[in-house]
Amino acid sequence: MPPGGGGPMKDCEYSQISTHSSSPMESPHKKKKIAARRKWEVFPGRNKFFCNGRIMMARQTGVFYLTLILILVTSGLFFAFDCPYLAVKITPAIPVVGGVLLFFVMGTLLRTSFSDPGVLPRATPDEAADLERQIDIANGTSSGGYRPPPRTKEVIINGQTVKLKYCFTCKIFRPPRASHCSLCDNCVERFDHHCPWVGNCVGKRNYRFFYMFILSLSFLTVFIFAFVITHVILRSQQAGFLNALKDSPASVLEAVVCFFSVWSIVGLSGFHTYLISSNQTTNEDIKGSWSNKRGKENYNPYSYGNIFTNCCVALCGPISPSLIDRRGYIQPDTPRPAAPSNGMAAYGATQSQSDTCDQDQCIQSTKFVLQAAATPLLQSEPSLASDELRLPGKPGLGTPCASLTLGQPTPPSSMPNLAAEAALTDILPLKEEHVGHQFLTPEEAPSPPGMLAGSPLAHSRTMHVLGLASQDSLHEDSVRGLVKLSSV
Amino acid sequence: MATEVHNLQELRRSASLATKVFIQRDYSDGTICQFQTKFPPELDSRIERQLFEETVKTLNSFYAEAEKIGGSSYLEGCLACATAYFIFLCMETHYEKVLKKISRYIQEQNEKVFAPRGLLLTDPVERGMRVIEISIYEDRCSSGSSSSGSSSSGSGGSSGGAGGR
Repeated sequence: MPPGGGGPMKDCEYSQISTHSSSPMESPHKKKKIAARRKWEVFPGRNKFFCNGRIMMARQTGVFYLTLILILVTSGLFFAFDCPYLAVKITPAIPVVGGVLLFFVMGTLLRTSFSDPGVLPRATPDEAADLERQIDIANGTSSGGYRPPPRTKEVIINGQTVKLKYCFTCKIFRPPRASHCSLCDNCVERFDHHCPWVGNCVGKRNYRFFYMFILSLSFLTVFIFAFVITHVILRSQQAGFLNALKDSPASVLEAVVCFFSVWSIVGLSGFHTYLISSNQTTNEDIKGSWSNKRGKENYNPYSYGNIFTNCCVALCGPISPSLIDRRGYIQPDTPRPAAPSNGMAAYGATQSQSDTCDQDQCIQSTKFVLQAAATPLLQSEPSLASDELRLPGKPGLGTPCASLTLGQPTPPSSMPNLAAEAALTDILPLKEEHVGHQFLTPEEAPSPPGMLAGSPLAHSRTMHVLGLASQDSLHEDSVRGLVKLSSV
Repeated sequence: MATEVHNLQELRRSASLATKVFIQRDYSDGTICQFQTKFPPELDSRIERQLFEETVKTLNSFYAEAEKIGGSSYLEGCLACATAYFIFLCMETHYEKVLKKISRYIQEQNEKVFAPRGLLLTDPVERGMRVIEISIYEDRCSSGSSSSGSSSSGSGGSSGGAGGR
């Protein structure tokens, strides 16, 4: 896993390709600073990351800051204006308890907002292809119809039949209880709801934090409300109600904020207590997935059958680990997975269709390979006349390329993915040998890891060209390269 | 350990990837992480059914251990809750410990059982716990008889050892 030896250099260069995600025109020296890219930087969902991937939130966080300000301002006023009086008049335990509650509330709130709610990583191309195959087999006979068959899979969980829906974004059958959050564009395990107040989805991994947050917040609100009222009453006994309000105007504000928020917060924690005790999610409760109205046989297959166990499991059960490895380094183990991220990065910003992206990427990477293949050949052409005789790799290299040219005289948009990819993989190993046999100065000959990435400088130049060049000219380029190549 | 990794990387490089087989999750007992022990037909000539099932069952038992609900998990949960979950900043959960054990086990199984047969297991945690990915490699350089997993289990193991070195 950790870099060591020759591998990491390759990794760096591969990942550097996708550094240019937004602008291919970026200055080349910027790449040198970024040693290796982490996975959160190319995370496909709509999330925000902070602290180098340690913190993960939804894209819209405005309401979260409102929550934060409301809590901090209200309790700040309480500690500043009410606590001194109450601590003297009643007991110093009040600020202490309030402080502990506030600490707990903030801890759980930040934990809820900043952690991964249980995002399921999207399927790798291979896994998606395998699922497609399975779906095709399952729908084999009915595929003649004009209407695509529904993509669902039925599983039996504890005797209850549950439908798993296929997620077209994540290219997976969503596991039971998972749902796709439209705001974050992720499938989230045991999806409860997307909570704008905490600025994150609430799912398997942060549900308990969320529950503890609303529970402790309702205690805190009740606590502050009760003692603000006490404070006002004590003061008005001494000097009259109006004077008491004049003496501590902050108390009025706190009382108003608490009065309006306490109902919703207490109500919400009551609702979630009910959900936890029956081991349901908000999502399932709203849909009525397990309600008796759907039929007598309908029951919640996830419930442990007893309120106490349900609560314990939800609040004290084992915490599952994050599956998206946000801080891991991107490691393309084969050229293929690396290439798509390249193509996506270069073009993906504007194109929603991944198919077209793939095609672009294929064309592009084919071009890279061809360029790389052509450069040494063309350059060596004048100097080494006996090249043909000396190079065993060359005829082999020429053949697939020539077939590619013949097979693809049409515009690039019609280039089939698979053919291009196959051609690519055909060329790659040959190419490697080929370069190995060349006797060129290092600047002229692209090094093996640079086949797709190139040396940082050369690469940036290529990227630049690619960014500007249209597809057609690109295609023409590669065809020209091929013609030259095969004529050598 | 280092040499083992080297061997696996060598396998990746020297052999070409033919197909991948995916072992799906088994949800019959709820959402706890379990994988189907059904033997995929693609592995028919590669590995003995028994060996495969044993590996998957061991993995399943590891996951069951990780997600076990009982005294220790409750204790961990309550302790974490009492510290407002700040303890997780400096403590590894039981689940994470088991996951490390699982990745060690997979590495070891790859070395001993799968790599000699031209197969490679991928840790499910890298695939979102949805699947066990088994990559099937074909010999490219046709150098090793190592992938002749069609032979009996004993000889397969020994040839694997030879191929590893």
